[in-house]
Amino acid sequence: MGAVSINPRWCKGCGVCVAFCPKRALSIEHEKAKHDPERCIVCGMCELYCPDLAVSVDLTKKPKKAKKEVA
Amino acid sequence: MGRTQKQATARAAGRNAGAQDIRFVQGNEACVLGALYAGVGFFAGYPITPSTEIAEHLAEQLPRRGGVFIQMEDEISAMCAVCGASLAGAKAMTATSGPGFSLKQEAIGYACMAEIPCVVVDVQRAGPSTGLPTKVSQGDVNQARWGAHGDHSIVVLTASSIQDVFSITVEAFNIAETYRTPVILLFDEVVGHMREKLVIPPQGDLEVVERLRTEVRAGVNYHPYLPREDGRLPISDFGGVHRYNVTGLFHDIFGFPTEKPEEVTKLVYHLVDKIENRAHLLARHKEYYLEDAEHVIVSYGSSARSAIHLVEGRRRKGDRIGLLELQTLWPFPSQLVREKTARARNVFVVEMNMGQVKSQVKQAAVHPDRVFLVNRMDGMMVTPTDIGKVMRIIEGRGF
Amino acid sequence: MAFRKLIRERFFPHIWCPGCGHGIVLNALLHTVNELELDKSSLCMVSGIGCSARISGYVDFHSMHTMHGRALACATGLKLTKPSLNVFVPMGDGDATAIGGNHFIHACRRNIDLTAIIFNNRIYGMTGGQYSPLSGEGILATTAPYRSIDPAFDIVELALGAGATFVARSTAFHVKELGGILKKAIQHKGISVVEVLVQCPTYFGRKNKIGGPVELLEYFRDNTAPLGTKKLDENPALIARGVFRDEARPEYCEEYAKIIARAQG
Repeated sequence: MGAVSINPRWCKGCGVCVAFCPKRALSIEHEKAKHDPERCIVCGMCELYCPDLAVSVDLTKKPKKAKKEVA
Repeated sequence: MGRTQKQATARAAGRNAGAQDIRFVQGNEACVLGALYAGVGFFAGYPITPSTEIAEHLAEQLPRRGGVFIQMEDEISAMCAVCGASLAGAKAMTATSGPGFSLKQEAIGYACMAEIPCVVVDVQRAGPSTGLPTKVSQGDVNQARWGAHGDHSIVVLTASSIQDVFSITVEAFNIAETYRTPVILLFDEVVGHMREKLVIPPQGDLEVVERLRTEVRAGVNYHPYLPREDGRLPISDFGGVHRYNVTGLFHDIFGFPTEKPEEVTKLVYHLVDKIENRAHLLARHKEYYLEDAEHVIVSYGSSARSAIHLVEGRRRKGDRIGLLELQTLWPFPSQLVREKTARARNVFVVEMNMGQVKSQVKQAAVHPDRVFLVNRMDGMMVTPTDIGKVMRIIEGRGF
Repeated sequence: MAFRKLIRERFFPHIWCPGCGHGIVLNALLHTVNELELDKSSLCMVSGIGCSARISGYVDFHSMHTMHGRALACATGLKLTKPSLNVFVPMGDGDATAIGGNHFIHACRRNIDLTAIIFNNRIYGMTGGQYSPLSGEGILATTAPYRSIDPAFDIVELALGAGATFVARSTAFHVKELGGILKKAIQHKGISVVEVLVQCPTYFGRKNKIGGPVELLEYFRDNTAPLGTKKLDENPALIARGVFRDEARPEYCEEYAKIIARAQG
């Protein structure tokens, strides 16, 4: 399991998470949100923005480097 | 009848006990005392003539017993607050009159649908609209039954004396709590404002029904809207271990919205049947000289006071006349009315409206063509003379 | 999803349209309630009628889905009877300020401890896109085909004028700020009024040719500014966000407890 999981049953593919992801790590594929772990910095914004409660972000899996930057 | 006799016995016992609580009070105050006897814990209201005294007395009495009184911003919110309070576990009531009763109908319908026990007092005044705010009427009989939209059933009780106002108010709470339904107490301005002796029975003499609370333990599925075999729904108060949904939408046994035709049908039948199928259990009445009566008067509320006056006067002259006083107006006690009027030559319905109970009596009677209306709707009480005049015409004795 | 225990999962996906702002507010509310670790059996939600009102079915709280505009009135009875309950009252713009306007100002005046959240999407969504008291002039709606001539209420001003002791505004775009405001609102003793500007892409955005959920959220980003900022001072046309009032005043249930003490004394 990666840091970001998307529940395809709840996702309505509105594109809000895609539009406001600071690293463009999300896209819409077959009307559902899709996550690209390569670009993701696990900031958690997509979980807060999702109107469908379909996105879950495990902030404990934040990359170490990013954690340092925050600190 | 059994119940009435029991109450009379209880009162007699109270007299013998010595330490009697006897007062000289208004109908509205007797209603308050009855509500307190039944354990009312919450009142929300809005000032309106001629029911305001109920709010005034409860504002004083409720906090003394740890209960809550609130004067809301309008009639609508008062009825809504009652619904909220009842779900939190309080025996809850409101009181109103005329236009205020119209405003409450939305939330009364909600209480019917969501099966929220509560008592709504309507001290009737002449209408429609502002009408005659300080004058008597009995024009809300049909509104009490059909004021809320959609198919539903509701219990409507009334009384003609101060003592009966007290005991019928206790009954109203008992029925509301037993069947989880709003109960309307349909008094009128004369009964509300008239003063009479009231003997308050010691606590325990009159039956007081407490809410049936669920015994389902935490963590076990609780079905808030699954009726037991006897039609009762054990409740779980808000703030308790069961978190469930209450809605005015058609709902399933968990309280969640449903549009499934079979579930909708089932709920309509449940809401209607839980009351209509118990019409005989809910029928409260009093009767005077009916055994050999050729002329039967059917009346209720303050009109029944004029009726009994006339009946007793005519009995002294040897007329075979009697009175059936209804205390349950809805579900309409058709069977009772049919039985009690079956042998009557004439049936006179005495009321202060255009014949709202008369039409029910006509439907119930063996000889509907022998049912006559004696009424007034000019804000004045129907008098024994008014009744006598109509009777003489029907009997062919001229004016 | 740390707040899984706070929702009724079996009813998801929810009924709201794709991109509806209501879900974002629900999301923020759940994050906040979870963070505050409130006693679950104290959680109540009382809603009225409309798109926003359906929120009460999704949370695993004691939930009361009442009548259009009447949520605050029902919640008042509930809270007064059991003051230990944490009562949330989500309302739509029509729900709170049109049919429920009277209940709204009086709940503010009494300062009863309820958390009132107004989902302001400037339109009646459930009935298909009619203008509301918060639509404002010039708005297109199914009942305003020639554009609305009705001026809008300012909820914040209304709540302040009516005496609410906690008044704030945020938007569905400012999700972190919204969470912080909700947290303060829940912790506040007395009435808390939080207006949240939310997007209705289906009716408001489409009718008024603003666009979909993303464009509407960008509109909130570009047309609002936090209180006390230079940006807001220099651009009076922007909508102010933040906490407008957070003051202590006697709370209604506590005051009533004093009445009981006086009556019994």
